[in-house]
Amino acid sequence: MARTNEAERKGIGPLALLAPGEAGLVVGLSAGGLVRRRLLDLGFVPGTVLRAVRRSPLGDPTAYSVRGAVIALRAADANNILVRRAPESTGATAAAPDD
Amino acid sequence: MNPPQSPVTVADRVVASLYRRAESIAAKVIAPRSPAQDLTPVIDRLLTSRLTGFPIMLLTLGAVLWVTVVGANYPSQVLGRLLFDLQGWLSGAMTAAGAPAWLHGVLVSGVYRTLAWVVSVMLPPMAIFFPCFTLLEDLGYLPRVAFNLDAAFKWAGACGKQSLTMSMGFGCNAAGVIACRIIDSPRERLIAILTNNFVICNGRFPTLIALSTVFVSQVVQTTIGAGAAAALVVVGIVLTGIVMTFGVSWLLSRTLLRGVPSFYTLELPPFRWPQVGRVLIRSVIDRTVFVLLRAVAVAAPAGALVWVLGNTVIEGHSVIAHLAGWLGPLGRLMGLDGFVLVAFILGLPANEIVLPILVMSYLGSGMMVEMDSLESLGILLAAHGWSWATALSYMLFSLLHWPCATTLLTVWKETRSSRWTFAAAAIPTAVAVIVCTFVAGLVRLTGNA
Amino acid sequence: MVGHHHGGSPVSDGPTWADLGRAARAPGHPVVALAGNPNTGKSTLFNALTGLRQHTGNWPGKTVLLAQGVARHRGKSYTIVDLPGTYSLFASSVEESVASDFLCLARPDVTVVVADATCLERNLNLALQVIEVTDKVAVCLNLVDEARRKGCECDATMLEAELGVPVVATVATKGRGLGRLMDTVAGLNSGTITTRPKRVVYDPDVEEALAGIEPLVTRKLPPGAATRWLAVRALCGDMGALELVGDMSALELVDGTGGAVRKVTEGFGLGPAPSWPAARSTTSTAGGKSS
Repeated sequence: MARTNEAERKGIGPLALLAPGEAGLVVGLSAGGLVRRRLLDLGFVPGTVLRAVRRSPLGDPTAYSVRGAVIALRAADANNILVRRAPESTGATAAAPDD
Repeated sequence: MNPPQSPVTVADRVVASLYRRAESIAAKVIAPRSPAQDLTPVIDRLLTSRLTGFPIMLLTLGAVLWVTVVGANYPSQVLGRLLFDLQGWLSGAMTAAGAPAWLHGVLVSGVYRTLAWVVSVMLPPMAIFFPCFTLLEDLGYLPRVAFNLDAAFKWAGACGKQSLTMSMGFGCNAAGVIACRIIDSPRERLIAILTNNFVICNGRFPTLIALSTVFVSQVVQTTIGAGAAAALVVVGIVLTGIVMTFGVSWLLSRTLLRGVPSFYTLELPPFRWPQVGRVLIRSVIDRTVFVLLRAVAVAAPAGALVWVLGNTVIEGHSVIAHLAGWLGPLGRLMGLDGFVLVAFILGLPANEIVLPILVMSYLGSGMMVEMDSLESLGILLAAHGWSWATALSYMLFSLLHWPCATTLLTVWKETRSSRWTFAAAAIPTAVAVIVCTFVAGLVRLTGNA
Repeated sequence: MVGHHHGGSPVSDGPTWADLGRAARAPGHPVVALAGNPNTGKSTLFNALTGLRQHTGNWPGKTVLLAQGVARHRGKSYTIVDLPGTYSLFASSVEESVASDFLCLARPDVTVVVADATCLERNLNLALQVIEVTDKVAVCLNLVDEARRKGCECDATMLEAELGVPVVATVATKGRGLGRLMDTVAGLNSGTITTRPKRVVYDPDVEEALAGIEPLVTRKLPPGAATRWLAVRALCGDMGALELVGDMSALELVDGTGGAVRKVTEGFGLGPAPSWPAARSTTSTAGGKSS
């Protein structure tokens, strides 16, 4: 619980929390195995800046702009990606995560 | 609630190294200029918004089908007249050459007439529908449809990529089944394979279009109005198939193929203006001619077989009439008749030839009509007791029944399991029988038709 | 049978690398593989090169089967193989397994990485992986016209210098640059063009681990296989990389290398790679066999 509170204080949460239009910085992946592998290959690498672009009319999935491509993830899968909300960032640039 | 972050693995660091290098190279070689306007986000907002996403999908489907129905009508008539004039000429030539009656029967009344039917009824709608569909495909609309519909697939316990395999199924179910390879989870792949048949393939489209045109035009008189109404009927049938896909997928994920949806991503590529000219040529060559040739190859022997069965008389009735007699009760239960079921069974090799076989067997039973237009099809069917309700049952049965032999063979190749291949035939058949019986019962109850 | 792939001859029935190699090789025809991300115009390029009427839609994953065709250039025939569009060669999906196994084990004579100039960084990720696999590689910088319209100019010469392999700018839809691309392919094949790929250097401890694993992988594979990349995959916990060995006592190899991986990763303070158990269960997918 302490962990969660601390995470919230730092503005860190699962990717699905980003509303369309909001940008975030990937700080880590909580999945293991094949899912982690696939997310990495798609460019969801810690340090990547991404942006939630739009949400499906049925509420799920959400499309994210990441490293020049638009990729849709279901909320359940997007929750494997931990991001820090970065209100003023645009585009994907390299930035080292500080944890 | 937040899941704990897993420790950084070697894989993470390897990928990070690769991306770091990619970033640094990209930063060096790309000279950023003033960003030009990119229309993709604007179009996407329209195509996937809560307000306009679904209406645009329905409108697009309706518009494509309307263009097909209205556009196919006239060339279909011209082609039909041309081919049936040729039949008269062929008949004359054979008689002059002193060919025996049975040979004339097999070749002209059997093979040629079936071929002429397949070509005149199938070619025009295919030549219009496929290019339209291909244009949408090349434009990049299909991933947007997948994006809009994904929640329904998740609900059904299926993979979102299933909408892409379904799109392939619009062309050909066998192609759709092969496309299921893109689905990584074996469970979800099987669901997609077993339900692909509920997407109307091009072998069945022309029949739907012909029947809806015939029976709608009896109610709506003006060409444009009738065209729109017929298109609406076809849209309804297509949507029924899609709803069935979700329903059966849902049922499968809770019974035979229990499980939860696995990880899935979908890329929404930028819209690219298709090379229209090339699309037209390619879709005509790749799809239209290809499918037509396949239909012709299957229709020729089927035409001969049907003629023989229709003209081999045992105890006063043709073989087809006997078969139709046996299947009659089941057919009538579903709002159809025995001849229709015989036609569907004989049409197993390819869906394209079911209606031609039916026409042949109706004609074989005594009625002689110049089969050169959709109107004459209407007259023939009406003479055999068809009403709009019969046409509806026929369309539903065509939508839902067992896949064609090519598709079944493909299912077997992909699954290497006779059990799943059997399921791929049995599940749709059961659904078809249940739905048609239900609809026919409803029609009887309400006293319509 | 199918409207979509009759243009090429699809390699069917489960893509095992041995099949792929056999199917692709025709005597006297160098094999040229086209690798690339989805939606880079790779299939359009394939059509343009081979002249085959193969339909290509604009959606990911459409090339499930390998389409192949023959391109003629200056009197010589080349077998062109259109690999599935993938983001990487780590074999975490069916498409990636097919592409990766073809490049690593079937060993085409020349590989062309088709990169989307409008989205270079993402495409470079794959290009960097491909130059790990082979020296005989060129990058086809496609869609340069669209990139220009979208306001990004890409310097092909500088990219060539950065990667150490030939880069040819093309617009496949209009056939622009294809002659130069095939000249480059011909030169790579005949050896008149040589490359000096600037490979990614991983973190020092990772490089050290790779040095330990590569000999183990080499021992079990046919000569010429892309051992460094397979070692990278193995180090990253991809059992599929090792399963490929097939009949050659795969288990022993898995144990041996698995142990080695665990030792080196622990030795460098990385802890045991958490992807091991999950990777083990994914090998059936990576092998491309349907249940």
